[in-house]
Amino acid sequence: MKAVYILWLRQLKRYSRSRTRVIGSLGQPTLFLLTLGYGFGPIFARAGAGDYLQFLAPGIVTMGILFSAVFSGIEIIWDRQFGFLKATLVAPVSRFEIVLGRTLGGATVALIQGAIVFVVCLIAGFRVVHPLLLPLAVAFMVLIAVFCTAIGTVVGSVLHDMQGFQLIMNFIVLPLFFFSSALFPLDGLAKPLQIAVRLNPLTYGVDGLRGALSRGFALGVVTDLAVLAALAAVLLAIGAYLFSRIEL
Amino acid sequence: MAAIIEARDLVKEFDGFAAVDHISFAVSAGVIFGFLGPNGAGKTTTIKMLTTVLAPTSGWLRIAGHDPVREPLLVRRSFGIVFQDPSLDEELTAYENMELHGVLYDLPRPVRRQRLEALLRLVGLWERRGDYVKRFSGGMKRRLEIVRALQHQPRILFLDEPTSGLDPQTRNQIWDFIRGLSRDETVTVFFTTHYMEEAERVADEIAVIDHGKIIAQGSAEALKYQTRGRTLEEAFIALTGHSIRAEEAAPVDRMRMMRRVWRR
Repeated sequence: MKAVYILWLRQLKRYSRSRTRVIGSLGQPTLFLLTLGYGFGPIFARAGAGDYLQFLAPGIVTMGILFSAVFSGIEIIWDRQFGFLKATLVAPVSRFEIVLGRTLGGATVALIQGAIVFVVCLIAGFRVVHPLLLPLAVAFMVLIAVFCTAIGTVVGSVLHDMQGFQLIMNFIVLPLFFFSSALFPLDGLAKPLQIAVRLNPLTYGVDGLRGALSRGFALGVVTDLAVLAALAAVLLAIGAYLFSRIEL
Repeated sequence: MAAIIEARDLVKEFDGFAAVDHISFAVSAGVIFGFLGPNGAGKTTTIKMLTTVLAPTSGWLRIAGHDPVREPLLVRRSFGIVFQDPSLDEELTAYENMELHGVLYDLPRPVRRQRLEALLRLVGLWERRGDYVKRFSGGMKRRLEIVRALQHQPRILFLDEPTSGLDPQTRNQIWDFIRGLSRDETVTVFFTTHYMEEAERVADEIAVIDHGKIIAQGSAEALKYQTRGRTLEEAFIALTGHSIRAEEAAPVDRMRMMRRVWRR
């Protein structure tokens, strides 16, 4: 388990030393928050749906976690290209410990990133409605982070180079975000979109976080927790399996 | 002396193509063993099988008495390896790279600290221990990788093309250092190279590999005698019918550029 710890610590060190990464990954969520939040706010209010910023902010926090987590997972590809992966694979530790350390490290980084986006949301005018539910919000953030990092681990274990980068972005990361309830409410959607959104695991993360922070749960807190936790566990297992099959 | 590395009829096929084709060899404890051959001959594939990262298609293999396929963790404890391409974390300091390795190999903290300092001093990097590895020159990185591989006091040190990409002066330094190690640390050294003169100068014993097959084995003297070549180069041409091929540029350089762009 010391191996898990040292690999986790490595991810954190790398993150804390890369200021460009911290700032760079904040750009997109902030942009979305400010343009969409303030841009659609008036229409949202006129439609009688309340304050859009209050609705949107949990979705944007999720976005920050999603982007950061998937790319932390995908760091396997860099480590493979730059050789560090080899050094860990010939060490006398099991592949499971390695993948666990990496995934926890990536998830922690994503969680920090999510917390920073949350602070940006507060600055932009977001208000927490139920402060007592904050621990629940953190729990959802952790689950989202683990789930998304595991996606990155799966992708990183299968891909060998960054040629597939655009593919990952356009067919995994962005659809996960746009087909969730991050930007729009669930009710009243056209049937096909409704189905897509309901099938998207991230929807349950967004709903859980939004429920805990501001607007109540549209899908039920137990459903949100159960679906997200189960899928995070499944993806972790798939990621660990695929990682264990990496050949150099 | 007992063999510490032993391979019999070792085969590795990729999609029906035999990258390593029924090779057999034994390395006695304490010697410096050179695996000589052109690029693509099967050197790296062999090292990967010896070091548990690639399962052989068939054949029998023992590293320090253990089977790499069935007892990978025991085998991994017994060796240290320096890969052909760098494998350090460049975003960490020299000290952190060593420390990470020591923890992965489960060395107790006092041993780790003492060993780490002694080894970094040995290669003249102790004063630079707090510097990021990305600021190091090629020779410094290579030195760091070698002592990192020795931190857990392995019985075998694998070196895959340890001097490729280094200037002649640095290459000399590295080899002097490795020869010293094999004496002082009583470690068996198994290295691959496509530099004829390195094999001749450094190795106690040489196996010549080409197209996945070992075509000759013995000391440099014996190989020259056998082929009536005056140099090992001539012996190599006599054995293989061609001279050693030139090195190709690695695609990793392209990746490095891509990352810089992406990270921005």
